[in-house]
Amino acid sequence: MPMDAEAIQARIEAALPDAQVLMIDLAGDGDHWAARVTSAAFIGKSRIAQHKLVYAAIGADMGGALHALALQTFTPTNPV
Amino acid sequence: MATSDRIRKLVSEHEIVLFMKGEPAAPKCGFSAGVVKVLEAVGRPYIGVDVLEDPFLREGLKEFSDWPTFPQVYVKGEFIGGADIMREMYASGELQALFSADAGA
Repeated sequence: MPMDAEAIQARIEAALPDAQVLMIDLAGDGDHWAARVTSAAFIGKSRIAQHKLVYAAIGADMGGALHALALQTFTPTNPV
Repeated sequence: MATSDRIRKLVSEHEIVLFMKGEPAAPKCGFSAGVVKVLEAVGRPYIGVDVLEDPFLREGLKEFSDWPTFPQVYVKGEFIGGADIMREMYASGELQALFSADAGA
């Protein structure tokens, strides 16, 4: 079962309440998503640490129900 | 050999290790294919390891790297990131800088 954009976005926003999330359907099949996430929680963190915050927000479905999520992370001073 | 020891051995014996779906010549996932292109552009020798052929390695790496998806790239024994981070680091020149540092050392 693929995850829809609203479900993915809701999980990210639940973990990172200030997050601005932009979801893009890469393949038009509702299963390959790109997300651009902007949050102050990323400030001072490495890219790996930033991406891990988003993966942790999505939880165990990352790599399972959610096959592919292209991810770009931004801080509010360096927004999308 | 425990899976974590196998991973440690692989990433210590090769400068660049790409854990991917499929092989470099025939990737089975668009994200893995993207990293192959980046590494070809960098032009350093690397080895590609197909995690689809080895479920133990696939699950072990998720834990070892604390990263839920593939591809995963290690450079000089260190986890660098997945497809998005590789693309960003190549675009910014940070990836190439990991290797040019050798010349100045």
